[in-house]
Amino acid sequence: MLTQVAAAKASSGTVKALKCRECGREYPKLALHVCEFCFGPLEVAYDYDAARKLLSREVIERRPPTMWRYHELLPLDLPPTVGTQVGFTPLVRAHRLGARLGLSELYIKNDAVSYPTLSFKDRVVAVALSKARELGFETVACASTGNLANSVAANAAAAGLACYVFIPHDLEQGKVLGTLIFGATVVSIRGTYDEVNRLCSEIADKYRWGFVNVSLRPYYAEGSKSHGYEIQEQLGWRQPAHVVVPMASGSLLTKIGKSFDEFRRLGLVDEPRRPPKLHGAQAAGCSPIALAVARGQELIKPVKTPQTIAKSLAIGNPADGFYAARAIRQSGGHAAAVSDEEILDAMRLLAETEGIFTETAGGVTLAAARRLVAEGRIGPDESVVVCITGNGLKTMEAIAPHLGAPTTIGPKLAEFDQFITHQEKI
Amino acid sequence: MPTVRIPTSLRKLTKGQEEVKAEGATVGAILADLEVNFPGLRERICDDSGALRRFVNIFANDEDIRFLQNLDTPVKESDELSIVPAIAGGL
Repeated sequence: MLTQVAAAKASSGTVKALKCRECGREYPKLALHVCEFCFGPLEVAYDYDAARKLLSREVIERRPPTMWRYHELLPLDLPPTVGTQVGFTPLVRAHRLGARLGLSELYIKNDAVSYPTLSFKDRVVAVALSKARELGFETVACASTGNLANSVAANAAAAGLACYVFIPHDLEQGKVLGTLIFGATVVSIRGTYDEVNRLCSEIADKYRWGFVNVSLRPYYAEGSKSHGYEIQEQLGWRQPAHVVVPMASGSLLTKIGKSFDEFRRLGLVDEPRRPPKLHGAQAAGCSPIALAVARGQELIKPVKTPQTIAKSLAIGNPADGFYAARAIRQSGGHAAAVSDEEILDAMRLLAETEGIFTETAGGVTLAAARRLVAEGRIGPDESVVVCITGNGLKTMEAIAPHLGAPTTIGPKLAEFDQFITHQEKI
Repeated sequence: MPTVRIPTSLRKLTKGQEEVKAEGATVGAILADLEVNFPGLRERICDDSGALRRFVNIFANDEDIRFLQNLDTPVKESDELSIVPAIAGGL
């Protein structure tokens, strides 16, 4: 605790305090995530006047191509020490996919190739673990549907931090192996993610570790903004008309919206005709936020037993559901809930048109974008960014049965000739 | 009399009691009765307009009152209410 207080006092610069999103009470920059008074979530507050003096397009462009080129808008008081290379993934102009969807200006923000663990979680973990070190933690932990587990384990290993990871028992093998390899203590819980999460709230209370998505959540969540900052810079300092974002807790969508607001506020982007429409994507088997949006309700009705191949999005009781639904509504966006079949189709479509192999969650996002185009919510000549947040090699079980097997032949030209003749007939 | 379970974070106001008894035919009436015995409790649970705060859940016999009749949800003598902060964890 003493170290925490010392670190908070040593702060300077643009990060002001933690502030309750509900009642506005302020708190020091410690490992706190819930308002003691009204139980609302805490969020990081910045001094935007100070940030405006420090940041310009030119200043940012001169910095190394990582997420830290926007460090004034990320919640650290000291330079980052974990995940210093994370970010600046490609923004791909998707001509071939655009033609298939009937869109003339489509982009893929490709965090499937994020360093080091192939998902956007590397961004939030870089912030959370750097903050954990600032606050003097030696052990970090997380509740995860897989990608967060991979990233916390890898980055903790590189930082020399002890690491506990809590996951539901039925995750994909790639996500389990991709955590174990880093030497983390992995605890598999017989239950849904929501049950894992509830248990972790109790563990976090008792063990006082740096729990990245519980006690460090206000800092952790801010890391997602870098995905949105990069989109705007890579578009040539402008904002797209639409962005389509996968939703699990709803935090990523909310923070991408915040990144757009902040860049407009700081004058870093050309003033758009109207702010981007935020669209949310969920799987039909677990779509509490999309349902609330479709029904125009404020209330998010939790899903008790999620059933979808998109396990990384299978959160039945989304922590930021309320804020995500509100952000969607205020931006004029919409949400779509797509079937497992649409998810698999979209994964193949993205791979076959753009050469990008995404995980099931990426299939959800692209399938949702397709749906929004078909419903006329996204116009054919409007700019659209589809956020691809994870890698297909981690969810091979889901797609394997739909791809068939390669043809096996002997090492003889005659056999190949026979094969190709047969191919041509088909 | 219905029983109300108090979360750790509010037990300072109930002098450490985990469970208290309160009178009332609805959840709202019970909260009013609690306020009489434990002043300051209601403002932690309800906002200025009297509505349940967004990040506080009340369960009537394990059912979220938001999916019943909210503060107007009827309460029987043998019922158990739980006040549970909706802790924002998750991905």
